[in-house]
Amino acid sequence: MRKAFIDTLFELARKDKNIFLLNADLGFSVLEKFNQAYPKRAINMGIAEANSIGTAAGLALSGKTVFVYSIIPFVTFRVLEQIRNDVAMQEANVKIVGIGSGWSYGSLGATHHAIEDIAVLRSIPGMRIVCPGDPIEAAAATKAITKTKGPFYFRLNKAGDPIVHKTIPKFRIGEAIQVRPGKDLTIITTGNALPGGAIVSDILSEDGLSVRLISMHTIKPLDEATVKKAAKETKAIFTLEDHNILGGLGSAVAEILAENRFGGVFHRFGAKDAFTHIAGPHDFLREHHGLSPKNIARVIRRKIA
Amino acid sequence: MNIIKLKEIAKQIRRDIVTMTGTARVAHSGSALSAVDALTALYFNFMKLNPKKPNWPGRDRFILSKGHAATALYAALANRGFFKKEKLKTFAQNGSHLTCHPSIQNVPGVEATTGALGHGLSIGVGMALAGKRDNNKHNIYVMISDGECDEGSVWEAVLFAGHHKLNNLTIIVDYNKIQSFGRTAEVLDLEPLTEKFKAFNWWTKEVDGHNLGELLSVLKEAKKIKNQPQCLIAHTVKGKGVSFMEDRLEWHYWSPSGDLLKKALEELA
Repeated sequence: MRKAFIDTLFELARKDKNIFLLNADLGFSVLEKFNQAYPKRAINMGIAEANSIGTAAGLALSGKTVFVYSIIPFVTFRVLEQIRNDVAMQEANVKIVGIGSGWSYGSLGATHHAIEDIAVLRSIPGMRIVCPGDPIEAAAATKAITKTKGPFYFRLNKAGDPIVHKTIPKFRIGEAIQVRPGKDLTIITTGNALPGGAIVSDILSEDGLSVRLISMHTIKPLDEATVKKAAKETKAIFTLEDHNILGGLGSAVAEILAENRFGGVFHRFGAKDAFTHIAGPHDFLREHHGLSPKNIARVIRRKIA
Repeated sequence: MNIIKLKEIAKQIRRDIVTMTGTARVAHSGSALSAVDALTALYFNFMKLNPKKPNWPGRDRFILSKGHAATALYAALANRGFFKKEKLKTFAQNGSHLTCHPSIQNVPGVEATTGALGHGLSIGVGMALAGKRDNNKHNIYVMISDGECDEGSVWEAVLFAGHHKLNNLTIIVDYNKIQSFGRTAEVLDLEPLTEKFKAFNWWTKEVDGHNLGELLSVLKEAKKIKNQPQCLIAHTVKGKGVSFMEDRLEWHYWSPSGDLLKKALEELA
């Protein structure tokens, strides 16, 4: 996913001389091509994230489109006040690019996991949050957030994401993508929970269920219309995310459903509200949190029985 | 503009500050008063500005990183013609854009939203970097407070600017020696401060922060520096200009209202 991002940004930066890419001393094997092609606009800020975000805001206030690239915890939690004051409050044209959603950096340990970022950033006024579901969405989203002025948080998985979309879908910020039509139940995913959601829908389809699969790539502003439509047309709604069940996609969808008197079945799949103190690859740690496609399908069957 | 006129302006800004803080009964009057002379030098005799076109691209930028001295900035901007002086009367009143820390939204001439310490310098670094990349001629001035130097983010920015030789960036440290809850020497001693900036590859000079002539000549000197950002360590007095406010911690919090305002204005007449 990060490759789809950087390849797209590389192309955009060829034409748009205002695009800057700051990193806080990382991006090995990812950023080199960009850095070599645009040395004046690719800046290694050193291991100094607070200054990275503030500098990005200053560049943006001088007319630049600034991407700040790092691993999620370092570019969100460590610099939360800089994001709030320097970027969001000043409506600066800064795109925070966070790599490693959920347990992408599984074995690196809890410091490198990212299950709280959406919840935290969602509450900041003016901060838009985009979590593409696969590399195709990531490429399209990169174009969209570059074109749209103002603050963004762009949440990406690291690498090795399967491609879910067979064709290139229409991508608009704030408009969810219906990946598969369905009448019985809806699964809404965000970010790289999409491939897992697709497997779950395969499993349930084999049971004869008609599963609507939605990629909610924009968490904020949330596509309320798509949620309301699903609430009207299907009897059960499930959310799936590589994020704490508190404050992320599930919470955002629940807010809409609660205010619209949804009377059907609703369940959030996400990280238990707990740090993960064991090693393992992404899928292993998902399973640890009960998020294997098989287990999700099992729970859904039980919920709608 | 000659020094006598500048001194008169500085006095006017001080009158505006005590009137604003005293009327609104808000804090930070002492912190604003120590910053006045540097602001006067910059806004009235040094920076390239166009008050009628506050967003003119060729302007020099000033960021008040110690945002709690907003009254000094507002008074400087109003007296310089960025907005009507009448507006100062709305300071901290219901619905006013003139909040106790400045916002880039709705206040002409404010270059950055500040108030949380340790942010403004990085924003200035970004502006200086943009200026370098675009081969612009304007300069970026950032005023930080002494207590603000406790913030680690300040030193991230100082390290970066020194490394990248941002000679279009100048810091003024308003070194009034008193921070929120004590004297800097006692809370977290900054000394040797000049040596610190020098060690980070900054051209650094200590200056009497209340001597307009000295401030202007050092600013002029700083502007000529190639290959290094510049730091003016301005020795100042908290509450400068009002005898009963000078060098006292209380005036980080108290506001000169009622009889005290009258007395302050008499001293600043």
